[in-house]
Amino acid sequence: MRPTLSLAIGSLLFAPVHAADLSVEVEIPRINAAEYHRPYVAIYVETTAGQAAANLAVWYQDQNGKEGHGSKWLPDLRQWWRKSGRTLKVPVDGITGPTRPVGRHVLKFDDRHPELAKLPPGQYVLVVEAVREVGGRELLKIPFDWKGRPSKGSVQGNSELGKVSLSSTP
Amino acid sequence: MKRTALAFAAGLALFPLAAFAHKTWLLPSQTVIAGDNAAITVDAAVSNDLFYFNHVPLQTSGLIITAPDGSRVSPENLATGRFRSVFDVPLAQQGTYRLAVVNNGLFASWKENGQPKRWRGDADAFARAVPQNAQDLQVSQAITRVETFVTHGAPNRTALAPAGIGIELDPVTHPNDLFVGEEAVFRVLVDGKPRPGLQIELVRGGTRYRDAQEELQATTDANGVFKVRWPQPGMYWMEISSSDDRTSVPQARQRRLNYAATFEVLPQ
Repeated sequence: MRPTLSLAIGSLLFAPVHAADLSVEVEIPRINAAEYHRPYVAIYVETTAGQAAANLAVWYQDQNGKEGHGSKWLPDLRQWWRKSGRTLKVPVDGITGPTRPVGRHVLKFDDRHPELAKLPPGQYVLVVEAVREVGGRELLKIPFDWKGRPSKGSVQGNSELGKVSLSSTP
Repeated sequence: MKRTALAFAAGLALFPLAAFAHKTWLLPSQTVIAGDNAAITVDAAVSNDLFYFNHVPLQTSGLIITAPDGSRVSPENLATGRFRSVFDVPLAQQGTYRLAVVNNGLFASWKENGQPKRWRGDADAFARAVPQNAQDLQVSQAITRVETFVTHGAPNRTALAPAGIGIELDPVTHPNDLFVGEEAVFRVLVDGKPRPGLQIELVRGGTRYRDAQEELQATTDANGVFKVRWPQPGMYWMEISSSDDRTSVPQARQRRLNYAATFEVLPQ
């Protein structure tokens, strides 16, 4: 009797803490270039029909450089710009941030994230788009299930991105 | 005499006849713009090759720049050289700008005391400049529009509103939202009303580096609408021509209508 009761109390205690989450790992590869600049990267979620659904992270140069403010080059993240970037007023708290160095970057989100909180359960696509000054552009996609079945996926980039992987739990 | 002949030649450059086949165009440095202190520069020329300024400059007397809120913007650093005109446009507002060189002119030729006379101007000046009983009077009218569109930030449609005269484009697909492999839909208006049966020609830039024009052709349907699927990214030049008898003065028998526009098509 008693153990059952404590178990019930235990699940009551833990239930609200168990939130749907999304973990994304993005690798920015080392590139041998005479002139190297860190890439601009947009990490976002779209519907299976390709409509913008949630912005997770945008890394760009949010300051004045020799050639003006870094926001001038955001449209080079072509698909992100078209789908949602151009309607955003950057910087955005919790979404935009500075460019990141070569290496693996782990990002963890849950349903308290302002954009994911609004996302209805269903099938979505994670998009990682990277573009580098005097370099190239690459866009990778991983489909996943939000608040449905647990999802795992990964895809290997071959120019501006390394391995991108995702796991989500309902 | 020499001066009038020169003026007439300049008129031809301004209102190229279809038979001359020269292409009139505006070429913006960018069509999708972001950031502070945004501005673009624009080349304006008349040539056969796209987009190479190797013939004559486009005269910019009819230049109208419409801002996203519908107000007018003045060009900066406007200059006309031997082969091209050039000007800068500050983009202080967020939204879509329409850059257009619009002309609505009359051309008259007649004989006075056995001497040929020529005149060009607008309908208001016509009655004052051309004698009522001019001998062998020939009058024609031309309405031309050469335009392009650029968007700073998110696009809007205020500047796209038709002026209601000559050939115009009423874009169903926003002109700064064109991507390879996707279908764009446009409506063509004549004097503000959809016009079926008009031929559209589209040529991608960079003609110097290929053997064929590779033009795309379309015809407006019963609702004045045509569709195009872009095969490659690049700057595209569009032309639509027509003629009718809806002239501004009764002496003019024919009205020539010409529309040319430049669009940027982006890769996926």
